[in-house]
Amino acid sequence: MSYRDNPEALRALVRDAEVHRDVYTDPEIFALEMERLFANTWVYVGHDSQVAKPGDYFATAIGTQPVLMVRHEDDTVHVLYNRCPHKGTRITTETCGNTGRFFRCPYHAWSFRTDGSPAALPLPGGYENTPFATSQAARGLTPVRHVHNHRGFVFAKMAAGGPDFAAYFGDSLSSIDNMVDRSPAGRLEVAGGVLRYMHNCNWKMLVENQTDTCHPMVAHMSSAGTAIELWKRAGEQNPKPMAVEIYAPFMGPYELFETMGIRTWDNGHGHTGVNHSIHSNYSAVPGYFDQMAAAYGEPRAKAILDENRHNTIYFPNLMVKGPIQLLRLFKPLGPDRTLVESWTFRLVDAPDFLLERTLVYNRLINAPTSVVGHDDLEMYERAQEGLLANGNPWVSLHRLYEPGETGVSVSNGTTERQMRNQFRAWARYMTAEP
Amino acid sequence: MIDRSGLADFIYREARLLDEQRFDEWLELFAPDGRYWMPLEYGQTDRRLTASLMDEDFFLLRLRVERLKNNRTYSQKPKSRCHHVLQQPRVDVFDPETNHYVVWTAMHYVESRLDRQDLYAAWTTHELTEIDGALRIRMKRVDLVNCDSAFGSIQLFI
Repeated sequence: MSYRDNPEALRALVRDAEVHRDVYTDPEIFALEMERLFANTWVYVGHDSQVAKPGDYFATAIGTQPVLMVRHEDDTVHVLYNRCPHKGTRITTETCGNTGRFFRCPYHAWSFRTDGSPAALPLPGGYENTPFATSQAARGLTPVRHVHNHRGFVFAKMAAGGPDFAAYFGDSLSSIDNMVDRSPAGRLEVAGGVLRYMHNCNWKMLVENQTDTCHPMVAHMSSAGTAIELWKRAGEQNPKPMAVEIYAPFMGPYELFETMGIRTWDNGHGHTGVNHSIHSNYSAVPGYFDQMAAAYGEPRAKAILDENRHNTIYFPNLMVKGPIQLLRLFKPLGPDRTLVESWTFRLVDAPDFLLERTLVYNRLINAPTSVVGHDDLEMYERAQEGLLANGNPWVSLHRLYEPGETGVSVSNGTTERQMRNQFRAWARYMTAEP
Repeated sequence: MIDRSGLADFIYREARLLDEQRFDEWLELFAPDGRYWMPLEYGQTDRRLTASLMDEDFFLLRLRVERLKNNRTYSQKPKSRCHHVLQQPRVDVFDPETNHYVVWTAMHYVESRLDRQDLYAAWTTHELTEIDGALRIRMKRVDLVNCDSAFGSIQLFI
């Protein structure tokens, strides 16, 4: 059966509270996700601090499309498809760097301005009296047309269709705003280095797991549970080691996660930690609140720091953790292969210790050498394998399902409503007319 | 008395303890304030404001070792195995007066589990010291040749 020309078959993959295993395993579904879902939604590209100066570039991907983000001489940030219009050669040789005023293809020296427009090529006479002038090659590096920079966070939409930026994200931008507001200067900078962890599973398993609050106390008993056990055995000496402060909340009781709450928004966005979260009880950092109060006034500073959202999903493939200044990008490589990038930020004008804690968190939770990461990946890979079993083709997302669910809601923190919310958006984008 | 061949023996013994999964004995090789560091960046110098793959104090090393024994450690069902191939360790610093020894070793490391086997190439730098008549690790630095690559799970110790 082919899904490409069969919207009914695609729709049938997503039931009210179940999804068919093909959404995780089928190569054609994956190809359609890249063509429809990742083309028609606003996908995170990078942070503008990665391209701080004109000529700075950063090479990445939107879905499986190679792109580069670059700062032009007029200070605007552009996103370009990363291929030379001549032979297709990837135009940047490094992942990031400064190209000056021009990109120069390393193959035949065709060169382009940093907004993608053509600048020069050798022996131009050879193209006279050919149809070159009217070809796409003559137009330079193809830009991704729709680019939006929200307080440093650069998103792009490849296709002409789909909602505009503000309509697509709506109130969900409040999580990014809170992360940025945590800087006394209202500014973030990418810092510390990116952790890259290869997962042999479908990208959506990772996205779902970000709001799966019934797994930590089970899957992470081996890591977080052992951390608590060792600390107890050592007599709970003070100060509590940072590792224990970070690991211990993973073993919180179900009640902690139930009362935490989950909020959903339209278009598949949502977050855990409406009322409190695993990040609520980190130790205060000396000097930080005073800097915040000086910048915002005490009541506003307190309101910013009292917002301790856990994981916010920006559908389709971004997760933001405001209180710990971290984001994870789930880059789809194939139906059963996903590259997880975990990026960290410095709060401009805040104490270095905050970045230090962020980096410890990232290392302890998100590194390919992290015991918590090992716990999770084992579950995803078992699911990727287990889904091939023919006995039951359906995945259950029934937990706390309510008939007639819509996008905007706040619910018990152990609901699977955000996963259902993602799949409702998924089905819509997968079946929308181009 | 510490001598140069004793330093090399120490490195070989450490690798053997890891290969034989004698992790409790391996932990005893560390000084109480010893660390195990695996940088994320090639030639990394900063451990504090630059991320690392591992930067373990004794508590975190003990946590890993205890976790490997835990009955509910599903990523170790079945267990991983590992295999070190070491070049002759080179003594870079031999200073009995300050009780400071540095040994550099090139190695290949294999970690395997189920049908998967991963090969890593690394250089390790051991900073060693003598405590109560025995050599102990102050710092074990593991530099992967491809430290900035995307990896699957690395669950044991290089």
